[in-house]
Amino acid sequence: MSSELTRMTAAELSEALSKGDTTATEVTQAHLDQIAAVDGKVHAFLHVAADQALDQARQIDEERKKGTVRSPLAGVPIAVKDVFTTTGMPTTCGSRILEGWHPPYDATITTRLKRSGAIILGKTNMDEFAMGSSTENSAYGVTHNPWDLDKIPGGSSGGSAAAVAAYEAPLAIGTDTGGSIRQPAAVCGIVGTKPTYGGSSRYGVVAFASSLDTPGPFGRTVLDTALLHEVMSGHDPMDSTSIDAPVPPVVAAAREADVSGMRIGVVTDLSGEGYQPGVLARFAEAVELLESLGAKVTEVSCPHFRYALPAYYLIAPSECSSNLARFDAMRYGLRAGDDGTRDAEEVMALTREQGFGAEVKRRIILGTYALSSGYYDAYYGKAQQVRTLIIRDFDAAFGQVDVLVSPSTPTTAFRIGERADDPMAMYLADLCTIPSDLAGNAAISVPCGLADEDGLPVGLQVMAPAMADDRLYRVAAAAEAALTGRWGHPLLEDAKGL
Amino acid sequence: MTETLVPFAEATERYEPVIGLETHVELGTRTKMFCGCTTGFGAEPNSQVCPVCLGLPGSLPVINVKSIEYTIRIGLALNCQIASWCRFARKNYFYPDMPKDFQISQYDEPLCTDGYLDVEVDGETVRIGIERVHLEEDTGKSLHVGGATGRIHGAEYSLVDYNRAGIPLVEIVTKPVPGTGAGAPVVARAYVTELRDLLRSLGVSDVRMEEGSLRCDVNTSIAPRGATAWGTRTETKNVNSLRSVERAVYFEIERQAAVLDAGGRIVQETRHFHEDSGTTTSGRSKEEAQDYRYFPEPDLVPVAPDAEWVEQLRAALPEAPSARRARLRAEWDLSESDMTALSNAGALDLVAGTVTAGASPADARKWWLGELARRANEAAQELKDLPITPAQVARVAALVTAGTLNDKLARQVIDAVLAGEGGPDEVVKARNLAVVSDDAALTAAVDDAIAASPDVVARIRDGKLNAAGVLVGAVMKATRGQADAARVRELILERLS
Repeated sequence: MSSELTRMTAAELSEALSKGDTTATEVTQAHLDQIAAVDGKVHAFLHVAADQALDQARQIDEERKKGTVRSPLAGVPIAVKDVFTTTGMPTTCGSRILEGWHPPYDATITTRLKRSGAIILGKTNMDEFAMGSSTENSAYGVTHNPWDLDKIPGGSSGGSAAAVAAYEAPLAIGTDTGGSIRQPAAVCGIVGTKPTYGGSSRYGVVAFASSLDTPGPFGRTVLDTALLHEVMSGHDPMDSTSIDAPVPPVVAAAREADVSGMRIGVVTDLSGEGYQPGVLARFAEAVELLESLGAKVTEVSCPHFRYALPAYYLIAPSECSSNLARFDAMRYGLRAGDDGTRDAEEVMALTREQGFGAEVKRRIILGTYALSSGYYDAYYGKAQQVRTLIIRDFDAAFGQVDVLVSPSTPTTAFRIGERADDPMAMYLADLCTIPSDLAGNAAISVPCGLADEDGLPVGLQVMAPAMADDRLYRVAAAAEAALTGRWGHPLLEDAKGL
Repeated sequence: MTETLVPFAEATERYEPVIGLETHVELGTRTKMFCGCTTGFGAEPNSQVCPVCLGLPGSLPVINVKSIEYTIRIGLALNCQIASWCRFARKNYFYPDMPKDFQISQYDEPLCTDGYLDVEVDGETVRIGIERVHLEEDTGKSLHVGGATGRIHGAEYSLVDYNRAGIPLVEIVTKPVPGTGAGAPVVARAYVTELRDLLRSLGVSDVRMEEGSLRCDVNTSIAPRGATAWGTRTETKNVNSLRSVERAVYFEIERQAAVLDAGGRIVQETRHFHEDSGTTTSGRSKEEAQDYRYFPEPDLVPVAPDAEWVEQLRAALPEAPSARRARLRAEWDLSESDMTALSNAGALDLVAGTVTAGASPADARKWWLGELARRANEAAQELKDLPITPAQVARVAALVTAGTLNDKLARQVIDAVLAGEGGPDEVVKARNLAVVSDDAALTAAVDDAIAASPDVVARIRDGKLNAAGVLVGAVMKATRGQADAARVRELILERLS
C-alpha cells in the first residue's frame, strides 16, 4: 500500500482521501518512508519536517471525520523549495549565509498551502539564492536526477523537481526567474509551470530578481499541477506587484484538454544550432501530435529572443546585487569574524566572503557593475530596452496565435560537474525559458518523450499571454493525454535511476 | 584644532554666499510607509517592527497611500508641479541601520517639482525656489557607544533601534539661493521657520526638530563678489534647531572665507555641525563619494496620482501660515514685531483660539505672552503644552472684563486651572474667588481701616488723596484680595468727604 500511495497522483490521492480509502496520515507516512528510502541518493530535501507533517496530517484526518474538507489538496503532501519562508522550519535558500535561520513569518504561499490542508513534508534543495540551472550551486550538496543519478536535476528548483520525480512528493513548489521551474521539470520528466508574473505572490519568497521571480507548481501530471496552481495563486495585498484579478480557470482547462481550433505558433528562433537533435526530434513530434488533435500550427518569428539571455544576465544580477545586500551579518544569518578586532564593515565583508558561493558573488559583482554610475545606461538601461522589444515580439506573436511552443531546454540533463566551471554553458540551459520571464507572461513545461541519444526526458514548452495561464493547461493536458496513450504508461515509469 | 576664521562682516563684504537647504520631515502618518507598524516616538527600542520594516528576507513593501497624500499636499502648499506618474528607486549603500542595505527613495522621478516658498525677512519677501519634494523611508537609529565622537568610527559597540526604520520621510530640496549677502544666515533660518509653520498647518508632521522629525542639511558656498561662477559648496548635515541653521551658515561663511583668503580651495564634502561650539568639522568627502547605484524599485508599482484627486487635495489645503499671519495681524491690529513675537513664542494658534472663544486680541495676547509664557518658561514647557485651553483663557478674560475677577484673582484662577482644579468657573466657585463689590460687605472693612489709621485719614482730609491707597491696601488685605479696589477707593473717599 505504502509504495502504491507514493505512485498515485495528487488528484488520485484527493479522491482516495475523500472516499475514505486512505488517510492523510497514511499518505504522509508513505511519502516520509519514500524520502527515507531514496533521498540518501537523490538529496532533494534540505530539511524534512516529519513530525510537523504527521501532526498536520492527523489534524486534517480529524477535520475530515467531522466533515470539513479544506480544499482538494487537503491531506496531499507537498515539498517546498527552500526559498519560501516557513515558520517552524529553517529557510536557507541553499546558502551558508542563512544557515540556521528560522523565519518568524510564513510566505503568503506557505500560508495558502497550510490553509488548503496540503501537508508540507519539508524544504527542498536549490541553487544558492535560486542562481543556477543544476542545483550544483547549493551550499548543502548537489541533488541527483532520479533518471540518472550522475545527471543534474536542473535548477534552481532542482530539489523540488527531483522530489516529485522520485515519488518523494506528488507535488512541489518552486520559483522561476529565468527558467528555474520549467528547466528542472523538463530534465526530470515532470510538469512545471511559471505562472504569469504577479499571478502568484512573492511575499515571503526570498528575492533573487524581483521583477522576474515567479513562484509556481510542479506535478507529475498536468491536472495535478493545475490543482496546485489554483490553490497557490491569486491576489495578495502584501505584494504590490500581485495582480488583482481572478485566477485563470486552470483546472477546468486541464480537464478539458481540448486544442481543436487553437492557433499554436512554433517559435523558429528557439531551435537550430546548440539544440540537441533528440530534443528537436521529440519537440517536432509533439507539434505534429497537437496538429493531429485539431490545432492550427504556424511558424512565428520572435527576432529579439536572441538578445534575451544577455539582457537577462544584466537585469537579474542588477536586482540581485541590491536584493542580497541585506545579508550583512547584522540582524540574522551568518556572522563571521566578530571577535572584537574587526569593525562592522569588516565583519560585513568577511561574512559575505564566507557566506556566499562563487556564482552568487559573480552575479553580485556583475550587477553592481551594471548599475554603477556611468555604466547604468549602457547596461541596465539597455537591457530594459531589450526587455521591451521582447515584450513586443510576444505581443506581435500573440496577435497571430493563442500560444507559442518551443523545446523547454536546448539539451537534456547534463552530467554533474560538466558545466560547473563554464558559466556561459550553464547559462545556455535557460535559453528557451528566459523570454517568458522577461515578458512576465505564463509558460509550462510538459514531458514530450525521451531523447534518442541518452534516453533522458525532453520538455515541451507552451507559452501564453499574461493571465491566460489556462491556455497552457489546455495544450499541455492534450499533449500529455495523447503522448501517454502512445507510450502506454506515464513517461516517469521509464526512469531507471533509482 | 582651532579654525582660522574671517569675521562675518568682513567675509560678506568681499564674498557673496549662496545657500541651499535640504530638509527631511518625518510624516505623521499613523503607520509606517511600507508596513502596518505604528510610528509613535519614544517607544521601547525595536518594539515597533515587523518583517517588512526589518527588511527580513522575503518581505515586500506596500505603499501607505496616506504618505503619498501628505507628500502631494506638501508639494501643493509649496506651489510645486505634481508628477502624473513617478517611481520609487533604490538607493544602495551598506549601513547597519538600513535594514535592507538600500533605502527606498525617489531619484530622477520625484513626486513634486519646481515650486517656491515666500519668506518674510525684516519686512521683505524673499522667494525661495523649491527644486523637488520627494518621499523616502527613514532609516533606523544607531547609538554608538564608547569612543569620543559618538560616531561609528572609534565606537566600542553600536546599538540599532529599527522603530524609526520605514517611517515616511519627505525630503524638500531648495534651489540654490544667491543674492542674500550678509542676510544668508537669517534667510536660511527664516526659510526653515516658515517651512516648519507650513508643515504644521498642513498637519502632516509634528515638525519637532528636537525629536528629529524635522532635520536640516545646510549647503553653503561663497564666491568673491563680482565672480560669475558660484563657489564649491559644503553640506552641513543634521543641523537640528532653527538657531543652529543660522549659526551653521554663519560659521561656514567665516570658515570658507578664511580658506579662500589663504589661497586654499573649498573641498566638496559633508560637514558635521557641533551644537556646543557652533562650528562645523569635516566629514566624508563627496569627491570620494559612494555610488548609490539607483535603479527603479522593482517591488513597487509606479505611482500615478489621479489629477482629480490632486485637485481635491489642492482645494482642501488650509490657509498658508504667511497669509494667515497677514490676515490676523490686520484683524488684531498688531505691529509686525508684535506678530513676530507671537509666532516666535508659538502662541499664534493659542491667541487665535482665544480670540475665537470670545476674548479681545489684546487680552488674549496679554495673557499668553505674559502670565502664561512665564509659567511655561518656569515649567520648561512649550506654551501649547500648558494644561489650559484657549477657551479657558478666554473665559478668564471675560470674567475680568465683567468685573467678577480682578487681575490678581485672575492669576489665582489660572494657577488653579494649571494645577488641574478644573475650569475657570469651577475654580471661582470652589475657591469663592469673586471680587466683592457689594457695598454692605465692604463698608465694615472700610470703617475698620479708617479707624485703624487716623494719621492716614488726616492726610487724606488735608487733600492728599493719594494716601487713600494705603487704606485701599488695608481693605484688600482684609478681604484677601477679593474686594473691587476701585469701589473701595470710592467708598473711602465718600466716608471722608
